[in-house]
Amino acid sequence: MTSAVAKVSALHFPHRHLLTVEGLGVTEINFLLDLADKAADASRQPGKKRDVLRSRTLINLFFEASTRTQSSFEMAAKRLGADVLNMNVSTSSVQKGETLIDTAMTLNAMRPDIIVVRHHAAGAVELLAQKIDCSVVNAGDGAHQHPTQALLDALTIRRAKGRVDGLTVAICGDILHSRVARSNIILLNTLGARVRIAAPSTLLPAAAERFGAEVYTDMWKCLDGADVVMMLRLQRERMEGSYVPSTREYFHFFGLDHEKLARAKPDALIMHPGPMNRGVEIASTVADHSRSVIRDQVEMGVAVRMAVLEALARSLPKR
Amino acid sequence: MTTQTKSARRSAGPAKSASVTAFINARIIDPASDCDEPGGLLIKDGRIADIGPHLRRNAPENVNVVDCKGNVLAPGLIDAQVFTGEPGFEHRETLKTASNAAAAGGVTTIVVMPETNPVIDQVALVDFIQRRARDNAIVNVHTMAAMTKGLKGEEMTEIGLLKRAGAIAFSNGKSSVANTRVMRNVLLYGKDFGALIAHHTEDPYLSQNGMMNSGEVAARLGLSGSPKAAEIIMLERDVRLVEMTGGRYHAATISCAESLEVIRTAKSRPLPVTCGVSINHLTLNENDIGPYRTFFKMRPPLRSDDDRAAMVAGVASGDIDIIVSSHDPQDADDKRRPFAEATDGAVGLETLLSAALRLYHSEELSLLDIFRAMTINPARILGLHSGRLAKGAVADVILVDLGQPWVLNKDELRSRSKNSPFDESKMRGRVLRTLVAGNTVYQYPGPERR
Repeated sequence: MTSAVAKVSALHFPHRHLLTVEGLGVTEINFLLDLADKAADASRQPGKKRDVLRSRTLINLFFEASTRTQSSFEMAAKRLGADVLNMNVSTSSVQKGETLIDTAMTLNAMRPDIIVVRHHAAGAVELLAQKIDCSVVNAGDGAHQHPTQALLDALTIRRAKGRVDGLTVAICGDILHSRVARSNIILLNTLGARVRIAAPSTLLPAAAERFGAEVYTDMWKCLDGADVVMMLRLQRERMEGSYVPSTREYFHFFGLDHEKLARAKPDALIMHPGPMNRGVEIASTVADHSRSVIRDQVEMGVAVRMAVLEALARSLPKR
Repeated sequence: MTTQTKSARRSAGPAKSASVTAFINARIIDPASDCDEPGGLLIKDGRIADIGPHLRRNAPENVNVVDCKGNVLAPGLIDAQVFTGEPGFEHRETLKTASNAAAAGGVTTIVVMPETNPVIDQVALVDFIQRRARDNAIVNVHTMAAMTKGLKGEEMTEIGLLKRAGAIAFSNGKSSVANTRVMRNVLLYGKDFGALIAHHTEDPYLSQNGMMNSGEVAARLGLSGSPKAAEIIMLERDVRLVEMTGGRYHAATISCAESLEVIRTAKSRPLPVTCGVSINHLTLNENDIGPYRTFFKMRPPLRSDDDRAAMVAGVASGDIDIIVSSHDPQDADDKRRPFAEATDGAVGLETLLSAALRLYHSEELSLLDIFRAMTINPARILGLHSGRLAKGAVADVILVDLGQPWVLNKDELRSRSKNSPFDESKMRGRVLRTLVAGNTVYQYPGPERR
């Protein structure tokens, strides 16, 4: 990439952190997606490694267990030449605000350049970002935000459909507890998509209709004419009578099977952020459907994270 | 009282006209159309083919004719709260015996409660009730399903699939869901499926060990009481949850004046709230317990006479939507015990209408009020097409002699259990004939032949 492009891009993404997709403009998002597009293509070449982050240090700080997001960030950072440190903080002990800040200060003293954080409490990543000097990327905070997931979903859609603008995207499942849904509703709206959400009322947040999405409790109706069907994971502890009566009933009314899928457009994409519960929110054969882009999402995850790290690196102090 | 004129009988050959019956010379009472006037009714192929004053004197040619002799023709009653013992406690009552009792009481549709063993909390069990009813019952039977698994108040049931299987509403039996969060979720989740949540309102902690209404009578009898507040608190909580969730809510049986006030306020807001009252709470009070008569032990407990009067006024004003029998068969061994140890519950299907007519004879309620609360109102709340006398409607019809005096002998009850609080009571008014889909399922044989 030439230095001319670098200048333009710093203007296009003038942020130190990526904490939320809220407030990101169309230009900024498209800039990241363009960058990710190139990264995706580059990643398919034999010589993947670049030096954008050479001699930079990235810490993966995960307070919540994660396999795919953590490894995706690690791979993205390594492909850009960064030194990566993975820190998995115990999930069993309840992390208090003070402990979190102490951890942050300790890490800050090691002078990393970028910290990627996942935390089970909404707002924790933002709190941490206030306390440290380096760039912070939110890899998921509670039920609040997961910006790189929304970006990778947008990229997956854009690559498959050629656009996001004007598409109808149905997001179905546990909206209430989902940071993926919150991030996607905002980002897809910004990009001009029409967003619908479907869930039983017990899994819808209060005032869901004011989120910029059409709200359905009938999944069949939600899928009518949809271009994209995005399923969300239902956590096991929420299945047996607390939020929904049983996996059987949930699958019957909110699981993506061929019958419900038939309500969407014939070329509708099938998406899932993973990990999937086959037979709970998605039928096994639908997950493996030819229109399923679930594995593309994983690939685009690495590309989007490369783009994000690259964009943030441009705002870092010159080495 | 069933008089087929000779000419009608002659002409009623094996031809189609045999299935046409005219009920003439009746007083037609149909609360759905606010009708109370002399007239007649024509039944063909199980449906009401015609109705009106023009059929009062003259039946069409070539049909069976029944002279009602001025007695009341009304829609068959719909009883929205009936406990049976099937499955699990068949010695108390089966769907068959309950339906026999219902037919004799003029009740053409019963809604059975899920409080059985096993509890009706699964699709297969709803199906079981429906198949057993189809094969054995002589009146229409619908079932409520449990709103929480095993009626434990902890985890909600498969409300969507149960409703699809035919559950008409959701109940937690004779216990309240104490966990507010669970109740919230039931209302919220049920709303997506248009489910009616019919809840018993009695705070289980406050009413713990309560054997009868808290107050002077209980104190004198040395019995621990269940305070009215237990009902009011639960009802007020539920109304808040309805406001929060928008779920369709029905307070199964309220029993005191303060509860009526809560309902009235909720309806005025307006919230999707309805309520019922049991016939016992309209016609009896705590003093009837007298010397520890366990047939008067029930849930909610009988209250003061002021509360009873308030309940009657609530029916008259329409704030109380429906009257139920709360038919609850208990065998003699479970009732013949010290009051504190005796089971709750009273049978009531066969006496439902006669007991309600007491309020007509005492001029506390009009006939239309009484029938409205047992026909069209429950039909509307439960989403049934019955409960009205209209052209094209299914012929669930009863013929009632409003004035006939009789004395209840509990041994003559058709119910398998005899725990009636009206035993040896003087009654005025009784059901002469009950038709379900045009078929006579009960006919009063007359006093001399019983």
